[in-house]
Amino acid sequence: MSWFRFFRRKRSDAELQEEMTSFLNEETADNVARGMSEEEARRQAHVKLGSREKVRESLWAQNSFQPLTSLARDVKFASRTLRRTPGFSFLAVLVVALCIGAATSLFTIARSVLLRPLPFHDPDKLVMLYEDRTKDGVPPAKPGYNPVSPADFYDWRSKTHGFEDMAVTRGAGYNLTGERGELPESVRAAAGSWNLMRVLGVQPAVGRWFTEAEDKPGTTSVMLTWSVYQRRFGGDAAIVGRQIHLDDKPYTVVGVLPSWFRYPDAGIVLWVPYQGDMGETLQHHDYHQSQVIARMKDGVSLASAVAQVQAVQMQLHLAYPDEPVHDLVEMRPMHEDVTGDVKQPLQLMLGAVACMLLIGCLNVSNLLVARGAARQREVAIRSALGAQRAALIREQMTESVLICIAGGTLGVALSVLATQILAHAWKDLPTVQSIHLDGTVIAFACALVCVAALVAGLVPALSSTDKSMLSAMQSSTRTGGGSIGRTALRKWMLTAEIAITVVLLVAAGLLGKSFLKLRTTDVGCVTKNVLTLRYSLPEKQYDTPEKVNSFQESLLERVRALPGVKGVALGNTVPAAGYWGDFVFTVKEHPPLQAGAPIQVGLVRWADPGYFTGLGIPLVRGRFFTNQDRLERAYKVIVSKQLADRYFPGEDAISRHLHVAAHALKGKPDATDYEIVGVVGDVIYQVGKEARPMMYFPLLDGTMSGATLAVRTQYDSLQFALPVQKQIAALDAGLPVADVRTMDQVVGESLGNQSLSAALVLAFAVLSLLLASVGLYGVLSYLTVQRTQELGIRMALGAQREQLLTQMLLDGMKPALFGLGLGMVASFAVTRVLQTMLFATKPLDPVVLFGVVATLLVVAMCACLVPAWRASRIEPMQALRME
Amino acid sequence: MAKKNQVDSEMLKGTLDMMILRTLVGGDAHGHTIAKVIEHTSEDVLEVEQGSLYPALHRLEDRRWVSSYWGVSENNRKAKFYKMTAEGRKQLVREVTRWRQMTRAIGLVMGEEGGAQ
Repeated sequence: MSWFRFFRRKRSDAELQEEMTSFLNEETADNVARGMSEEEARRQAHVKLGSREKVRESLWAQNSFQPLTSLARDVKFASRTLRRTPGFSFLAVLVVALCIGAATSLFTIARSVLLRPLPFHDPDKLVMLYEDRTKDGVPPAKPGYNPVSPADFYDWRSKTHGFEDMAVTRGAGYNLTGERGELPESVRAAAGSWNLMRVLGVQPAVGRWFTEAEDKPGTTSVMLTWSVYQRRFGGDAAIVGRQIHLDDKPYTVVGVLPSWFRYPDAGIVLWVPYQGDMGETLQHHDYHQSQVIARMKDGVSLASAVAQVQAVQMQLHLAYPDEPVHDLVEMRPMHEDVTGDVKQPLQLMLGAVACMLLIGCLNVSNLLVARGAARQREVAIRSALGAQRAALIREQMTESVLICIAGGTLGVALSVLATQILAHAWKDLPTVQSIHLDGTVIAFACALVCVAALVAGLVPALSSTDKSMLSAMQSSTRTGGGSIGRTALRKWMLTAEIAITVVLLVAAGLLGKSFLKLRTTDVGCVTKNVLTLRYSLPEKQYDTPEKVNSFQESLLERVRALPGVKGVALGNTVPAAGYWGDFVFTVKEHPPLQAGAPIQVGLVRWADPGYFTGLGIPLVRGRFFTNQDRLERAYKVIVSKQLADRYFPGEDAISRHLHVAAHALKGKPDATDYEIVGVVGDVIYQVGKEARPMMYFPLLDGTMSGATLAVRTQYDSLQFALPVQKQIAALDAGLPVADVRTMDQVVGESLGNQSLSAALVLAFAVLSLLLASVGLYGVLSYLTVQRTQELGIRMALGAQREQLLTQMLLDGMKPALFGLGLGMVASFAVTRVLQTMLFATKPLDPVVLFGVVATLLVVAMCACLVPAWRASRIEPMQALRME
Repeated sequence: MAKKNQVDSEMLKGTLDMMILRTLVGGDAHGHTIAKVIEHTSEDVLEVEQGSLYPALHRLEDRRWVSSYWGVSENNRKAKFYKMTAEGRKQLVREVTRWRQMTRAIGLVMGEEGGAQ
């Protein structure tokens, strides 16, 4: 047959009719010519032609496609059945749409983030290198992210040969000064070595990357990213060679990076040469600020390459016993490095989605089984009349396929929406820009639809056409509500559904509780009504410590004077805002450290005299800084309680001296012994991380040009954002301010992915709970309808309504209770996987478990109550009259 | 008309297409003429059933061995005419060759010297 004919069968049929008429006419004419009467001639012609219908039929069949025709018939039949029960159909489609939509969205994100390679040339050859230290010769259990010092990097690069090349980057920040009346802007930048783009295999979109000659201290070349090029320079075609001002110093633009380039993240706006503004820190092994990216040579294994670097590092470690040169090198594929943080939450999400998908399938399946019961008689009669079982199964499968296709289409549409929302909410996903729906995702959704249709349709189709069940049905009462086997199947499916829901609920509960714990972690300082903002004084304008100090002090004075301000703190950073570097130190009064002894290290902070009172960090011993601890007299240090306890056990830390490597504190090259004047309470540097030993240096030593201002206020601190910024503008109109946010926001951002994971799992759990209750309700409703007559008879015989209500309730609650028990047992096993993601929460948290049990019981009770109540309201006479 | 001289229909099915094509060598014809020509030339041994003639014609048209058009018959009546295409001509040659081989082979098996004539 041809498709052409298939689609114009009607027309060719009409033509055939005409053709046959013409035949009749010819034959009649022939017969008349042979001497027959007109009437006889026509009769004979008809006899000769035979049955017109037969000819038509055979041609129709010839132009048909048998499986297609029967498929069309099945689809027509199924859609008619579905239309007859719009409530059921809508519910089923919605269930499938939600499941497929959720699964598709997450698959999209997971694929973009975890599966798709990095957008660099031959990305499998790229690795990241970090330093780490062993503890008693044993490498740490968890991989570290300790940045590399420049001197270590240059040694690695020159003394190893397992790599094609090795490049280095580090973060930076500048004030991008406004030209032609534009506002100044505080921007995030990165510094990269001259060979970085060669290692990554990236060609600039405009101009060129830095040359080796440019990668020297003091050069003023700058590379723009595509976003700032468009936003601030309007895609200026003559951008190469143009001068821009960073921190009031002129820089020359040498090129623009391609629009897709977002390494290390989308927030970077400018690139400068790695050595550009690095002074002598280049020579040192303790300036741990850089990230190393290397491209492996062909045929070199990861193990042998890392062994080379490790050997170099070990030499360095032994060569500089006084400096914090780490004794371990960590190396891992760049892809793994970039995705490491989100891998676990994403896997968790995928697990949740799989659970939900299963619940959804079970639900649709269950609804179909329940409805199949209503059609038992029809199926039985048809099978008695000789319908093939395969045909009956196919017919029923068509229904679930239709439901799943409709649901899938709706689901994909939903997921387009959801993916956008998710990608927006999850901004720190490493490859967020590459998230989009494409052919593979659509194919994935189609596969899901097929699986869902199969899972959801096969069980009801098989069960409703089962010979033994059919005969059982036939022998059972005329009005009986489904065979025992069928009811049992339905209840088992409900049980499974509820069990999976319980697992999801427990996981969501644990993550939620853990998140709450994190959210309410004691940061170690006041977080309520605290406004923070950052600024950085350009060196050109503030070129002496006196100028810097004068600005800082005037600002403090002005902000303190604002009405409603309770305290003001000025430091390089605030608690919970990140790591910000560490210093290695020795104690002057202690005997020298033995070779091989662990180095003494503390996180480093700068603080003004009002920092601790301003942020509400308690004083444990000694004193805070005073206004006298400034400039040439600023050789005082305050340490945290943890530092004092760890490094001065059993002695008083006050009046001891910390010796810090000379170059660590720029501007103070000659005097590096700092007297401890106070011990303060511990603060954490990041939510979810344990507090570390900390030391505070006086901010007013005139060396800190960048600072974070924290303002504690009486009421809503965000209302102070404008007044405070006005004070800054009054002092220096051209000084940009960055990161204006409340302390609560700082803590919230430090929570990052955790909050989203918790929210997502909770969403899945709620959705599952909803699906499970829909399942309970749907199945029980059908059961009630099925048993209407039986209940009517019992009532006519004198059964009390209360009795019936209780019985129906018990009937419904049985699978719920069973599923609850089963789900609890499964949770014990599953939640172990969660353990590493939990914070201060046990996998078997009694509060969470109790909450889940209570929630589920209440929801199940509600889902059972409505049908049960309806059953108890049945009028006996009406029920008996029903058939 | 009674079903006289019934020939095995299975045999006919395979050869009907070939005979239709052969008929069309003499010029374009409509269904009635085709049936009549086959019957007459076979000395009324073969009777073409309309139930198989029209599906066959449509099949041939699908395979582009014949084309069709509406015209006026010798008796001035509207009729659908069939015309052999170039491809149909090639097919006829193939079929005839195959037919000859087949009848010769069967003839040999049946013990007729030199095959069936």
